[in-house]
Amino acid sequence: MVAGVHTLTILDCGRPVEAAYRDDGDALRVPEAAVPKITGWKLEPHGLCRDDLCIPVRDESLATADGVSLAALAAALGRPLAVDRNEAAAYLGAPAAAQPAVVTGAMAPDFSLPDWRGGTGGLAEHRGRKVLLAAWASW
Amino acid sequence: MHEELATQGLTVITVALDRAADAERWIAKAEPTHPSLVDEAHLVAERYGMVNVPTVVWIDEEGRIARPNDVAFTTDQGGKFAGVSTAEQMARLRRWVAGEEPAPEEGTAASAADRSPEAQAARAHFGLGWWLHERGSVEAANRQFARAGELAPGDFTIRRGTMRLRDADPFGPDFMEMVAGWLGAGNSYYLPLRD
Repeated sequence: MVAGVHTLTILDCGRPVEAAYRDDGDALRVPEAAVPKITGWKLEPHGLCRDDLCIPVRDESLATADGVSLAALAAALGRPLAVDRNEAAAYLGAPAAAQPAVVTGAMAPDFSLPDWRGGTGGLAEHRGRKVLLAAWASW
Repeated sequence: MHEELATQGLTVITVALDRAADAERWIAKAEPTHPSLVDEAHLVAERYGMVNVPTVVWIDEEGRIARPNDVAFTTDQGGKFAGVSTAEQMARLRRWVAGEEPAPEEGTAASAADRSPEAQAARAHFGLGWWLHERGSVEAANRQFARAGELAPGDFTIRRGTMRLRDADPFGPDFMEMVAGWLGAGNSYYLPLRD
């Protein structure tokens, strides 16, 4: 990959966000100004901040004059990152630590998915009734 | 089953962790009256930490998990294979719907749920793979699927669920080899809830 500015597609838990980036052969770097659009967090002098919450950043290589390292950003937020440099695409997953335990008594995570008849369906609209959620596949 | 229990207050929601084209062939034949959803990107698998199918979750009137991820088959043959009694599971579900079966103790955890950082990383690779696959970058997608499978070797929604995308047969030698390797290392393919 030639060092220079190109467009990277970052899938934020599946939601595509485009950002200019630089591949220095080591890190993929995005402009600091694109960080809130990608992650919802803003880089401040004392760390990554959102609302009144800040995460201190100890990795000095996170932000340089060439931009913010995507890998270092993912690590600071505890989020998994998958990258394909040739395809200029990356997937920033949900943080493992934020995933609710699948246990009796926990709130059942909601979802919204296409129904085979058209339209969408989810869990929330069935509140007040018992639900049997059954996952299956043809494989 | 849905028609029978619907009058007593149960809604069945099915979610296919599958390509729409593959799932809809089966759904169209069944013509279900309940919500029958298709989850190509495995969002439900991620939210519930599911690692295989078939998996059922009981959810109560307040939207709380009453009984977490369990293996459940509709046929005796499938149930036998997974080491669960289909008839017993159905009877239990009917009792729960009728309010005669208490939910498992608060905090009862699913055996078939993976919340490890590796599992979460695997899902990121799967997510990138699915996006690349949809764009026609098949080889790049397959590299992501392979990486996802290495990170979460016990996640068959990834390892078996991507077989058709990789031109492999989920009922053929590739699958047999995968399962033999997994079982040979002392693991189980199905993880029923023991409560």
